[in-house]
Amino acid sequence: MATDAPKKLLEPFFWTLFSAGGVVAALLMPVHIFLFGLAFPLGWIRDLSHTRALALIEHPLVRIYLFVFCSLPLFHWAHRFRYTLYDGLQIKHLNEVITVFCYGGAIIGTALAGYLLLSLP
Amino acid sequence: MAETIQLEVTRYSPEHDAAPTFQRFEVPYRKDWVVLDALNYIKDKLDGSLSYRWSCRMGICGSCGMMVNGEPKLTCATFLSFYAPDAVRVEPLRYFPVVRDLVVEMTDFMVKLQKVKPWIIRKEEKSIADGEYLQTPQQLDVYKQFSMCINCMLCYAACPVYGLDPLFTGPAAIALAQRYNIDSRDQGAKERMDILSQHEGIWACTFVGECTEVCPKHVDPAGAIQQYKLTAAKEWFKSLLMPWGAK
Repeated sequence: MATDAPKKLLEPFFWTLFSAGGVVAALLMPVHIFLFGLAFPLGWIRDLSHTRALALIEHPLVRIYLFVFCSLPLFHWAHRFRYTLYDGLQIKHLNEVITVFCYGGAIIGTALAGYLLLSLP
Repeated sequence: MAETIQLEVTRYSPEHDAAPTFQRFEVPYRKDWVVLDALNYIKDKLDGSLSYRWSCRMGICGSCGMMVNGEPKLTCATFLSFYAPDAVRVEPLRYFPVVRDLVVEMTDFMVKLQKVKPWIIRKEEKSIADGEYLQTPQQLDVYKQFSMCINCMLCYAACPVYGLDPLFTGPAAIALAQRYNIDSRDQGAKERMDILSQHEGIWACTFVGECTEVCPKHVDPAGAIQQYKLTAAKEWFKSLLMPWGAK
């Protein structure tokens, strides 16, 4: 049923990433901004020193969390920005370029996050 | 002298005019008058050639939807006092072809509405002797909100996606499809999915949310579409993981 047209095939997939990314960005991003942008630098909570942060990141679950935290919002951005360009600027005729730019960007960002998280000691 | 209010009304006769124009009318201003009352005054007293649709004048029939000062409104539920003393501009519903003056051509919506099969579909009909299809109040609550739609098409006039892509199935039709999908008596969700899960179905929607904002019956078409996107995405993953399960 879902396999007879490529459009049909991919839209639900990218929408799911968009949707999940929206949830992650809306729920977790503010927490991180609060912690690393306000609470730690202003000394409201005991500072997360570099060594403690590194110790925390040694745990595989933390790395998986950070990977998801970096990747999904990028796909959220890709989807939203694609439609901003389509409908906002009405340049839908550049469909291929826009799709490659948006999702390519999200994939590169995801790969970069994966590489950095894997290469950490 | 009694107070008056200015109405700027679109006049357009496609056979004679190159483009729509505005005609200004001065009508009595009364606090208990809605825009439709003012239009009826014009029709009765000032210019009998003005064309517009209306019927029940109580927010049930859904035929008097027009653009009032640029916003899609039921003119029978939009008071002049909201705009007075400024002039009120009345135009035909946006994104629809105009037949004459304020009357729009709504075939596009009617075709789309039929396509999503907004009626109860049963695999096998019960015989009359077997009695009615029972439903609990809880089962009714699940879809009741969506069943309040009066097909006034204000949500189409509010939807920028419909404006850009006329193939988009649109808010009301999708909300009504969902109304039957989540009705406990219905078994037609699979049949509707073929229409809804196309690009022109739910996926064209970018969740602007204006449809829900303008709905005079407090239906939430934007919610229905997002709900259905989740359903369709789940089905997509299911058919990917279990291709033998797809129909």
